[in-house]
Formats: sequence, structure tokens, C-alpha cells
Amino acid sequence: MTETQTSGGEPGRPSHGNPLLITFLAAGGLMGLFLAAKAKDGAMEFHGYLFMIAALIGIFALVSKIFDEPGGALVERGEGVTYMDGVIRAGVIASMFWGIVGLLAGDFIAWQLVFPSLNFDLPWTTFGRLRPLHTSAVIFAFGGNVLIATSFHVVQRTCKARLAGGHAGWFVFWGYNLFIVIAASGYVLGVTQSKEYAEPEWYADLWLTLVWVVYLLVFLGTLWKRTEPHIYVANWFYLAFIVTVAMLHIVNNLALPISFFGTKSVQAFSGVQDALTQWWYGHNAVGFFLTAGFLAIMYYYVPKRAERPVYSYRLSIVHFWSLIFLYIWAGPHHLHWTALPDWAQTLGMVFSIMLWMPSWGGMINGLMTLSGAWDKLRTDPVIRMFVLAIAFYGMSTFEGPVMSIKAVNSLSHYTDWTIGHVHSGALGWVGMISFAALYYLTPVMWGRRELYSLKLVNWHFWIATIGILLYITAMWVSGIMEGLMWRAYDAQGFLEYSFIETVEVKHPFNIIRAVGGLLYLMGALVMAYNLWRTVRGDQAEETAPAARPAVTQAAPAE
Amino acid sequence: MGLKHEVFEKHSLVLTVGILVTVAIGGLVEIAPLFYLESTIEKVKGVRPYSPLELKGRDIYIREGCYNCHSQMVRPLRDEVERYGPYSLAAESMYDHPFQWGSKRTGPDLARVGGRYSNEWQVAHLIDPQSVVPESIMPGYPHLQRYRLKFDDIEEELRTHQALGVPYTEEMIENARQDLMAQSDPDRDGAFDVEERYPKAVVADFDGNPAVVSEMDALVAYLQMLGTLVDFTVYDASENLR
Repeated sequence: MTETQTSGGEPGRPSHGNPLLITFLAAGGLMGLFLAAKAKDGAMEFHGYLFMIAALIGIFALVSKIFDEPGGALVERGEGVTYMDGVIRAGVIASMFWGIVGLLAGDFIAWQLVFPSLNFDLPWTTFGRLRPLHTSAVIFAFGGNVLIATSFHVVQRTCKARLAGGHAGWFVFWGYNLFIVIAASGYVLGVTQSKEYAEPEWYADLWLTLVWVVYLLVFLGTLWKRTEPHIYVANWFYLAFIVTVAMLHIVNNLALPISFFGTKSVQAFSGVQDALTQWWYGHNAVGFFLTAGFLAIMYYYVPKRAERPVYSYRLSIVHFWSLIFLYIWAGPHHLHWTALPDWAQTLGMVFSIMLWMPSWGGMINGLMTLSGAWDKLRTDPVIRMFVLAIAFYGMSTFEGPVMSIKAVNSLSHYTDWTIGHVHSGALGWVGMISFAALYYLTPVMWGRRELYSLKLVNWHFWIATIGILLYITAMWVSGIMEGLMWRAYDAQGFLEYSFIETVEVKHPFNIIRAVGGLLYLMGALVMAYNLWRTVRGDQAEETAPAARPAVTQAAPAE
Repeated sequence: MGLKHEVFEKHSLVLTVGILVTVAIGGLVEIAPLFYLESTIEKVKGVRPYSPLELKGRDIYIREGCYNCHSQMVRPLRDEVERYGPYSLAAESMYDHPFQWGSKRTGPDLARVGGRYSNEWQVAHLIDPQSVVPESIMPGYPHLQRYRLKFDDIEEELRTHQALGVPYTEEMIENARQDLMAQSDPDRDGAFDVEERYPKAVVADFDGNPAVVSEMDALVAYLQMLGTLVDFTVYDASENLR
């Protein structure tokens, strides 16, 4: 396959600044101005101008041909393909930036639970507005940028094809990050539809839908251009992530705006139907955003870094189809003992327990990929980080099915135990596998031999691990404790504790949790420094070259 | 197996369609029946659409993210029924677009908070929670008292709800503005009409300032009606076994 199929930014071809995209951006900018001019509330006016400014910057960038870069600093020789790596480098930087923002927001609200005066009695800084900022920043801003960057990297390398659609890849990157800015600024201003992990209002949702469709087309287009006969397993997971998130996003955000010039909308569904739709979405945001997408990372980067093939091809097929089939059913376990009909709760519980099997199938496939390379655990802290991530994946996918059992859930639900469970998955699995992938990707993308310092990776590993352990053990104790206190009876048969007593007793555990979060944040700062020095091309003196595993340019372990 | 799976591995569109079909099944089986099985929502008397002031209060509840720390769902467990009151029915949130069941109790459940505390307590608590509950970790919301409630779009808001199936009548929509102001000022004409159109609505000058309809008025009006619509002394659970 030759390069003639691509357009826009193709090296060696004159670029015309992409008139189609410029027209689209101009229309978008005018639309933003129109919205701002007729806006019924301040937030809509602000977001209208934001759209306009983003469109103007986009047009300027296209006209001045900023994005018409050649294939990237690293052109893999002998394959006849120049890859589009600029957008991946941008994604790496955005991931690191949003990761720190999200962790900072998270630790700040953790301290708010310790010292309520940190809410400052201001509308913009209360826990209620900042908590969605934290969850969206870590899941969608950090996680989303990691997924976009790695998927663009993996799909090009495993298809041996340049990213399809020319500038469309850049549109996906900038469009997605514009969505993040609109969502985040909206939360602080009180713009929310109150559905967890789907808080952005209707206009932000529409914009994300457009960006997401382009993302799907860029990804599929690259698959169509592939010069490898088979679609590599990591791409199945990326594709499932993109397709399913589109389905979930569209259905869960069905809403009617009160006015096309106002931020507020009314959700299409109500009460019990809305609740199950939301948790069908919410649970599968975990299942397809935070699991399928990051399993794709596991299936490419673990074999690459370990220089071993994936453990079992057959297991990856079984893992893939059973995981995506079963995950979708598990949503009702978020609604145990509620007004949701019992039959739906029971289905949700049964499928949640079954989900344990494909989850551990995936864990085994990831861990056993290291067979024959276990010594790298000793020598390569990046491999150690991958293994820790997969171990946490195994742990939280065991804890999840346990908590989905109705008897357990009657104790655990509404308590800090749930928060601890989420964070063992988020900090342990998603965070660590993302960090490991970025540690692998950064030297490759900037054409460096290795990271600036493996010693700092080691520091990051231990600071973050201690942080996670403090976090989840504190939440286990406080969650189970408050659950037991809520249902405790005294000798006379009266409830033993008032609600506020259960709040008071959690104080020390809230402190431990906030300290754990702080450690995790510090680890990420160490990482940002390490990546920055790597990009600059620096090398720390500490490691002897022999101890450093070289980054290879081999074909993916298929 | 490997041979058959080649179909998916070599044709990206077959793979895409295969994924879409596989992930659609669970949702279709679990969610779709909730829209047509009549047993999903109990038949009970008393549930009505929110009054205009309550609806605006609910918007503020959503805007401030109260759902992040407070559930509105009493589970049918002994301790919860004793702590909070009768367990929640699906019917009680049938006009909630979106639902506010919540997922975390950093603070207590609010499904039945209506009428539990006086208006004065609610206002004092929202302005400075620690002044009435010293151990509380809830943020203060003093600005609610200062902010004038924006309700120039109340008719459109009711109409949007009507379009989505909430039984607001034309009469309710026409009188929305008047009802909203009357509910926060018992001395105003039309206070009686509010109680007629929206049974059990609490009519009061919630924030102690009759001159202004504040955001505090709206939020407290909403809190004071939560969980009060169904009369559980006459509700027969055995009629609604699911």
C-alpha cells in the first residue's frame, strides 16, 4: 500500500491548508459567536466565545500549516511508511498535564472532607462542583488522552499504515480537549446534568458525539489501509471501546434543552428507567473506557516492553468476546435494594459474578506474557509498573463481583468501601498502566534511546504504590466501619448511632486517604519531570548502560 | 476456532458490527422492558409533578451537586426504614428528569427529609452547616440567600417537562410564574391556588425575606416536599409485589 491514499499533512506533498476543515471551523466559529450573542445565561455566553476562539485558533493553525509536519522525528526504516506521530506526542503531553490536574483536584476534595473550611463558602469551590471536575479530569481528560494517543500509536504500528484522514487525527485531539475544557469550566460554573460521569450538558455532549464519530472513522480508516493481513488484538479492544462508548454516550445523554441558547436541559428518561440507563452507562464507562481501552494498552505495550509475544492467542479471543458481552449486563449492581425491580437487580448480580472469569482470563494473559522474561521485573521498573497494574486489575475485578452480591452490597453501598474499590482500579490499574505506557512511549516518540532516569521511575513506582495502599486500606476500614455503624442496634433495640457520629469517626481515615492521594500525586510529578528531561534528550548518570533495556523497533508481538 | 475467528480479524466492518451486536444485547434485555412492564412503577396515590418553585429548587440541588454526597433512596432494610422512614417507591421519582437516587452517603439520605426540620433550621444549616451540626463536613452555601432566583424561563421549563411526559396541564404552565412567587410568600394572592394545583406543597416565606424570591426559597421548598407526597398510612405494599 502506498502513501497516495492519505491526504493533508502528507510528507512530500504540497498542502493547501485543508479548505474543507477551514470552512467547517469557520462555520463552527460563527455558530459559537451566535450562541454567545443570544445566550440566556453566562455559562452559555462563555462557552459560545470559547467555541469561537477555538475555531479561530484552528483556522490560524491550518492556514499557517503548523500541523503539516513530516512523519515525525522517528521514521521507522524499512517499512515504507511514514507515521503520523505529532498528534501522539501532543497526546502524551496532554495526558501528563490532565493527569496532574485531575489528581490535584482529587486530593484537594479529599482534604475538603477533612477540613470543610476548604470549601471557602464560595459557589465555585464546593465539593459538589469540584468532585465532577476531579472524576472527569482523571477519567476523560487523563484517561481519554492516554487512550487517544496510544490508540493512534498502536493502530499505525500494528497496521503498518499512516493514520487515515490527514488532519482528522488532529481534529480528534483538539476537539476532544476542547470538550474537556467546556465540561470542566461548566462544572465550576454549575453547569451539570447530574448524571455521574456524564455531567456535561447537551451542547457539550453533541460536540463530543461529533468528535467521537471522527475518531471512529480515523481509527477504522487506518484499519482499512493496513498492510498487515490481520487486525491485531489490541485494536479489537480499542474498537470495542470506541464503538461502545459511542452507544452509551448517545443513549444516556438523550435530553431536551429548555432553550437552544441556554445550558439547561431536561433528561429524556425519568426515575427508575433513567437510573438504570445511567448505571448501564456508568458501569460500562468503567467497562469500556477504563477496562477495554486500557486492556488494549496491555495487549500492545506489555509484549513490546517485555519483548515477548502475547501468552495465548486463543485466550485473547475468549477474553475479548466474553468480556464485552458480559460487562454490559452488570450495570444494575449499582442499584441493589433500590426501587429497581428485583429481576433486573438479580440479572445484574449474576452477570457481575460471571464477569470475574473473563477479567481474570485477561489478567492471566497479561501476566503470563512475561513468562521467560520474569527477570525484567528486577531490572526494568517500567515492566514492574505494568505488572503492578495488572495485579491491581486482578484484585479490583475480584473485589467488584464480591461487592455485587446483594448481601455484601447492603453493607458496602453508599459507603467509602465503594470509593476504595474504585480507586484500587483507578489508581492501581488505569493509572499505573497508563504511566507505564507513557514511560514506554515517550522515548520512542521523541527518538530517545531510553528514559532520562530509570531510578526516578523506581521512585515513582514506590511512592505511588504506598499512596494507593494508604488510600484503599483507609477506605476499606472507614467504609466497613460506617456500614456497620449505620445498622448497629443497642440492647434496647434502637439504632445505636446517629448519622453524624458515623461522619465524625471517619475523620482519621479521611486524613490517611488524603495523604495517600498526595503521595500518588507526588509520584506523578516525579514522572512529569522525568518525561520532560527525556524529551529534552537528557540522560541521568545513575544507570550503567548495560542495565538499561534498549527500546527496540521490532514489529508488534503478534 | 482460530480459523473462524479470521473473519473478524480480516474485516474491520464485520468486527465493528460483531462488537455492536454483542454489546447491545445486555442493555436491550435489561432496560427496554422497564419502559413497558406495568409492574415497574407501583400504582400509588399522591405523586404529582413538582410545583414551579420546587422544580427551580431541584435545579439548584442539581447545580450544586448535592447528589455527590446525598442519596434519595431509602432501601427496604430494617435500619434504613427506622432511620429515614418508609422505603422509597419507584413511583416517587417517576417525574424526576433526571433521577436523583445518588450513589454515596457522605451525608444522610434525603428521600424523606421533607417536614423533618423547620424552614429556619434548613436555612441556617445551608448558610453555615457547622452552626447547627458542629461535626458536619458539609460546605456552606451562604450565596443561596443572596442570589435572586432566575425564573424567566419557568414556562419553557415546564413545557419541556410536559413534552417528555410529565403531566403539567396548560393551566399549570399559564400560572407557573404566579404560582412560583405565591409559594414563597403566603401573603400573596394565589397562595391557595398553589396548594390546589400542587397538593401538599409547602407555602412559606422560607428564607425570611418576603421582598425577594431567592435561590434559598426554592431549594428549601424542594427539600421540604421530599418524600411527603405518598401517604404511607394507607399504602398497601402487597398490591405492588414485583
